[in-house]
Amino acid sequence: MAVVTESPAPARAAPAPPARRSRRVNRPSSWYLLPAMAFFGLFAAFPLVLVLYLSFTDWTGIGTPAFIGVDNWVRLFENDAIWDVTWTTLLLTMLFWVTQTPLSILLGVWAAGPQRNRAVLSALFFLPLLLSTAAIALLFNRLFDPYVGIGRGLEPFRNILGTSSGAITAIVIMVGWQFIPFHTLLYQAAARNIPQVLYDAATVDGAGRWHMFWYVTLPQLRNTIITSSTIMIVGSLTYFETIFLLTSGGPGTATRTLPLEMYFRSFRSYEFGYASTIASVLVIVATAVSLVIVKFSGFAKMRSTMEGL
Amino acid sequence: MVPQRLPRRSFLGLVGAGVGATFLGTSACGTDATGGGDGGGTFQVWVLQEESQQDAHNGALERFNKNSDVKARLVATSNDGYTDKLHVSMGSSNKPDVFYNWGGGSIRTYARDGLLVDLSPHFEKDPAWQDQFLPSVLDAGMIDGKYYGIPARGMQPIILFYNKAVFADLKVEPPKTWTELLTVVDRAKSSGIIPFALAGGDAWTELVWPEYLVDRIGGAGVFEKIAAGEKGAWGDPAVRKSIDMIRDLVDRGGFGDSFASVKWDGAGASTLIAQGQAAMHLMGSWEYTNQVNDQPEYAKNDQGFIAFPTVEGGVGDPKAIVGNPTNYFSVSKDSKHVDAAIEFLKQEMASDAYVKQWLEAGDVPATTGLEDKMDQAADPAFAKVVFDMVEQAPSFQLSWDQAIEREKAQPMLDALSKVFLGELDAAGFVKANEDAA
Repeated sequence: MAVVTESPAPARAAPAPPARRSRRVNRPSSWYLLPAMAFFGLFAAFPLVLVLYLSFTDWTGIGTPAFIGVDNWVRLFENDAIWDVTWTTLLLTMLFWVTQTPLSILLGVWAAGPQRNRAVLSALFFLPLLLSTAAIALLFNRLFDPYVGIGRGLEPFRNILGTSSGAITAIVIMVGWQFIPFHTLLYQAAARNIPQVLYDAATVDGAGRWHMFWYVTLPQLRNTIITSSTIMIVGSLTYFETIFLLTSGGPGTATRTLPLEMYFRSFRSYEFGYASTIASVLVIVATAVSLVIVKFSGFAKMRSTMEGL
Repeated sequence: MVPQRLPRRSFLGLVGAGVGATFLGTSACGTDATGGGDGGGTFQVWVLQEESQQDAHNGALERFNKNSDVKARLVATSNDGYTDKLHVSMGSSNKPDVFYNWGGGSIRTYARDGLLVDLSPHFEKDPAWQDQFLPSVLDAGMIDGKYYGIPARGMQPIILFYNKAVFADLKVEPPKTWTELLTVVDRAKSSGIIPFALAGGDAWTELVWPEYLVDRIGGAGVFEKIAAGEKGAWGDPAVRKSIDMIRDLVDRGGFGDSFASVKWDGAGASTLIAQGQAAMHLMGSWEYTNQVNDQPEYAKNDQGFIAFPTVEGGVGDPKAIVGNPTNYFSVSKDSKHVDAAIEFLKQEMASDAYVKQWLEAGDVPATTGLEDKMDQAADPAFAKVVFDMVEQAPSFQLSWDQAIEREKAQPMLDALSKVFLGELDAAGFVKANEDAA
């Protein structure tokens, strides 16, 4: 998974002279990595290897896993249903990104303004971040009930969880409600770090508000957009609890994603070997996606957007 | 934001929260809060966390603990996370000593792996114990010809509940045949009332329909072949016909047009019928217990209950029933207190006090000699209907999702919910089940 520990360069009163900057950045000794590596190894790498091993076994979750070679993998790729599930996962991931990113940028840039009313409103707006995901899902589940919920008598919302497109919409709405505040927070912080001089210069050049947003703010948010998108996309691929609690993958199998399929195969069907195969595929896909994002965004070789200021 | 950045940790966290969401066998730590059965001479009794059931369970434990050196301790878990938690702990060294289950598929894996105490020898030694329970209910809990469970609560046949007030308004009688049922459906619909309440957000609530229809049309043998895994058993004409009938019922508006959004949790369907927005509800006897708890007015005055209607031309016995014979208590072989656990079940599961508590809660326990105790029930008329239903039934089919092999249950439920949504026809349903085999 991509490392997303981008810290905005501190605002400096007077930038150090460029000549004094060494090309090689001084890093702390690698021993500093040890605690992190130990945790990563114990709670991420080791279980990952176990899951990969389990994907070659037949196991009910009880007793000893029986090694069966590549049977699970063959079964996975020969199974038509898994492609539907994969498609649903990708579709939801795409919809999450398309809806959450523009809204988060707009809200974040808006919330970055110094006005007091904006500060008050953003504080309210960040409230969903404080709620537990399970609580949110159960809340929305009641809210979308056709007979007691808000949708009672309100046509497009009444049976929203009962149709394929409706259930997908409901999930996009709920996940957006839950996570847009977080991404807004990222953009707010980033927007506040854009130096005022850039806007001053743009004003001198005769730029309007729209031009300033398009030619100053957006390019300056580039790193944040990549960070936020990576978190969003990789997170969406492995998203489980809210979908499980809101729709259980239904109606039918319309909102069943790969993580849900994995859960049903393991804890409903007791096919832990096959479920591990699905888990392995998820790990591979999520890693590949985040690598692709990092590669094509040039994130790895990127320096601060402050460079040259 | 933990869930998005650290998916694995959120999975582990969920197990701890009882939602159960990990694919890792190594995560059994999620359940260690309840510890093993050792130390201080106590053993654990795992039950569901449901208010309507706690009185009976607590009473049984108190009575047992009064005279026993080894004490029983109740561990209650919510319905949603219970089976996940149970499965993880059965694979670990922290197994529960005594645990609540549904018989059939819910314990088949454990029984076959030799994790459960076979109760058959105990019955042979003490036939009087066995005679305290209705044979059909005991037998329904058998796995591979052996007894692993003692009936723990009431019998749960699927019953056709109807709202008497709504029926009076519609000027219809409770349906005795499928044709009459369709007449009631059409009449209700034209009066703006949902004919059948259905929590279609959970596929198991829909399973009661093919269970009864296949039995009425083709008899008990059709599903016995399916459960036994016989090739081509799903293709039986009775299965196809019942799926066609279900699709017809859905198309007629038999369940309203938004049943797929209604979840079982939250009592959406039960509220609909109690408030008179729906006319009928095909559901297990636990529906009655829930209504006594949640809508006592309705339960007392307007709740009607009859057997599932016959289907014209069907060869099945009209007295046959389906559902969950009951819930059972099973004992782990690993338990340090197997003897005490069995003693507990022997002393309490058919005790007068325990039976009385269930009857008051609206359940009808699966014990013999209940006729004399009927007047203790919350509603003696209901208790009598359930008792007679079970006693006279030539067969009591265990719910399909428990009766068939575990890995085939989920595909079956998926296919059935697609039938109700109009996405699959009879041929598609049969094929989906055959593919899963």
